[in-house]
Amino acid sequence: MTDSKILDPKIPSGPLAEKWDRHEQENPLVSPGKNRREKTIIIVGTGLAGGGAAATLGELGYNVLNFCIQDTPRRAHSVAAQGGINASKNYQNDGDSVYRLFYDTIKGGDYRSREANTYRLAQLSMGIIDQCVAMGVPFAREYGGTLANRSFGGVQVSRTFYARGQTGQQLLLGVYAALSRQIAAGTVKMFPRHEMLDLVVVDGRARGIIARELLTGEIKRFEADAVVLATGGYSPVFYLSTNAVNSNATAIWRAHRRGAYFANPCYTQIHPTAIPQLGDYQSKLTLMSESLRNDGRVWVPKKPGDKRRPNEIPEEERDYYLERRYPAFGNLVPRDIAARAALVECNAGKSAYFSDRAVYLDFAEAIGRLGKDVVADRYGNLFAMYEEIIGDNPYETPMTIYPAPHYTMGGLWVDYNLQSTIEGLFVAGEANFSDHGANRLGASALMQGLADGYFIVPRVVSNYLAGAKLKPVDTGNDAFKAAEDDTRKYLQRLLAIKGSRTVRDIHWELGRTMWNNVGMSRNAEGLKQAIADVSKLREEFWQNLKLTGNDADLNKQLEQANRLSDYLELGELMARDALMREESCGGHFREEHKTEEGEAKRDDANFTFVSAWEYTGANKEPFLHKEDLKFEFVELKTRSYK
Amino acid sequence: MSDNGMTIHLKIWRQAQGATSGKFVDYTVENVLPEMSFLEMLDILNETLVQKGEEAIEFDNDCREGICGTCGMVIGGVAHGPHAGSTTCEIRMRQFKDGDTITVEPFRAKPFKLIKDLVVDRSAFDRIQQKGGFVTMNVGSAPDGNAFPIPKDHADHAMDAAACIGCGACVAACPNASASLFVSAKISQLSWLPQGEPERARRALAMIAQMDAEGFGDCSNHGECEAVCPKEISIGNIARMRREYLKGALKG
Repeated sequence: MTDSKILDPKIPSGPLAEKWDRHEQENPLVSPGKNRREKTIIIVGTGLAGGGAAATLGELGYNVLNFCIQDTPRRAHSVAAQGGINASKNYQNDGDSVYRLFYDTIKGGDYRSREANTYRLAQLSMGIIDQCVAMGVPFAREYGGTLANRSFGGVQVSRTFYARGQTGQQLLLGVYAALSRQIAAGTVKMFPRHEMLDLVVVDGRARGIIARELLTGEIKRFEADAVVLATGGYSPVFYLSTNAVNSNATAIWRAHRRGAYFANPCYTQIHPTAIPQLGDYQSKLTLMSESLRNDGRVWVPKKPGDKRRPNEIPEEERDYYLERRYPAFGNLVPRDIAARAALVECNAGKSAYFSDRAVYLDFAEAIGRLGKDVVADRYGNLFAMYEEIIGDNPYETPMTIYPAPHYTMGGLWVDYNLQSTIEGLFVAGEANFSDHGANRLGASALMQGLADGYFIVPRVVSNYLAGAKLKPVDTGNDAFKAAEDDTRKYLQRLLAIKGSRTVRDIHWELGRTMWNNVGMSRNAEGLKQAIADVSKLREEFWQNLKLTGNDADLNKQLEQANRLSDYLELGELMARDALMREESCGGHFREEHKTEEGEAKRDDANFTFVSAWEYTGANKEPFLHKEDLKFEFVELKTRSYK
Repeated sequence: MSDNGMTIHLKIWRQAQGATSGKFVDYTVENVLPEMSFLEMLDILNETLVQKGEEAIEFDNDCREGICGTCGMVIGGVAHGPHAGSTTCEIRMRQFKDGDTITVEPFRAKPFKLIKDLVVDRSAFDRIQQKGGFVTMNVGSAPDGNAFPIPKDHADHAMDAAACIGCGACVAACPNASASLFVSAKISQLSWLPQGEPERARRALAMIAQMDAEGFGDCSNHGECEAVCPKEISIGNIARMRREYLKGALKG
């Protein structure tokens, strides 16, 4: 263990608008041809960030090894993003600009993100749209043939580009197409159904991974000159979330165990509009896109305990609480604010007819104003999905919604170059912590994924490879052998427990502990309880887990148990981080720190920093390092959407 | 939401990895609620199997909201089950009634090798895509997004075809195990857009040649593919693909 460090984000000097250009101009590159072909880059993940980076580095001529746990790269979880992708094109002439997108993102993140990264993201946003259009992504268009836009929460312009309710799918299929071209060209070698289980560090640098082929259980070694992790977020720590059931934190957590610091783990985004939980049998929560808040109005009955059907409650007995509390932004306040407001109403006993954990999202006004056809054209697929699950028709009966874990702003700490605290290990997309502060604005995850994948990773990895003097390594190296042995033993240990509780049973308990104590509203007592409970549950897991099958076969129970073992450590770290952060900011709401009106109250004097936790060993207290956040261009203000 | 659980009988295909044959095994699940998803019912079944020390039933699944294309089973003889326009994971138990017996099989087709239980290998789709399902251009060379206006109806047609999730239900449902709906969706999407124009002919020829090489059968207009497609991709795309192929062949 070391002394607490102040981490250097390595932000280029100069005015905000010139930093990335200067960085591009001042850093070395690898010449085309043989020099690039001889450099091997491992990329784990095939979503917008990972797949985008793999395709682009392939185009540049590097030797890329790309891994995913899915049966094909086209199924990475980016596919599920519904609403859209932001870009400061100002096509609507409504006053948008790079600076405004940057400012909205900083403010939306409650002043807990890094200025230089966020500005770069806004700068690159425009090129992303151009790139996607050129690759054949069928964005929505106006009758004149130009690109259409809509609005998302936390902003006063229309800068969101979309492809019906399937924007993530269409962007990912663009990435997949580019990736397919590089696979055919031989620059990218694809390893589907492979799961990274360890990072191999040689002489302080990331030089490879250990991966398990999921069909055969074979444990394999792969060496490289640089490793990029783009494996997404960790919302399934709550068990019920909007994420895919295989989404997991194992790649980033195993890298954390090998020395990569974990930043801001307590910054989680609870999305305000998911379909409410119906029962204990559930495996996930289904998201209803934020775009619905363009036309839907959120309300609860004014009277606590009013369980009449929504259509029986007259207008004057409804409380459109977002419009009442936040007149300037109304139903389009940022996600963290909308989610907490729903919690406040439900805690006061005001909720939908069938559940005390649900509020209404009502389209009656929009249908009256626009007609049913226009509403169907905009949201038809979401309405159909809703009706199949709940059994009510949203054209006639208001939808019911409730917040659900959705996105994690925290992730592995990276500097401006997206490099972690391990040299040669880069982290992109949701897996890193860098751009969204304590709360992410809607339609910004896709933007970050593609900015990282298409533009930033290809450049910073090139810079690294040009500058680093790397000795050749091969997989016969001791570090590879040790990592492979560790991995085998770990899986065998899981299979040898032979207890009585299933993976799902323990994961469900972890999820409830996290949701109740490290969810939308947190306090010191609950967080201490969570630390104790998660630690106890982890102990139970290692003594009482029940698995069937073996490790030389397709065995999803084993895969899930292995991932759960990491969540049982990460969950505790999230609670520790939330306990340490004695302020409220964005998605992190501490009940002890709120304004008289119940809004989040930051403590800029003491907490304008990124927490970056160092792993010190199993069942040992992690060690806190910090990166001071310096605001040179934006003035720290109390966030207001009133 | 509902109090009354149903009893559901299942006949599920079990096959060990590497085995050349498998068999249907009977299971019963109690207390099934209408709002449960089909996969959640299988989760419950797997929980009881593991508790008894038996191996869980393997089935591919991920997003559980109908967009990733990972899941796929033949439920009661229909690929993705009884509700049109849905994936397996979107099927809710409200589609069934108390006491029903449901057969559950993998997506069967020669080019989809069975891996284990209900899991099949659909990597042939990737290899078809790699032959031409893209626009050849590198990151960095794109003009402004509004440089080429695209009529709204063309963009909408492209989006209709692009909605394909690559699940393989079309192949499983086709008596000839044809992949025509899948392949035509990609060819059609790019044929509606100016970006796809320069490679139109080459794309159609190359993708269709790979489809044949993978062992998929010919399309003989049964229409089963369209009927089971969870994204309701139109069979009209196959007609369009044929025109693209002919145009390409004449050019070539």
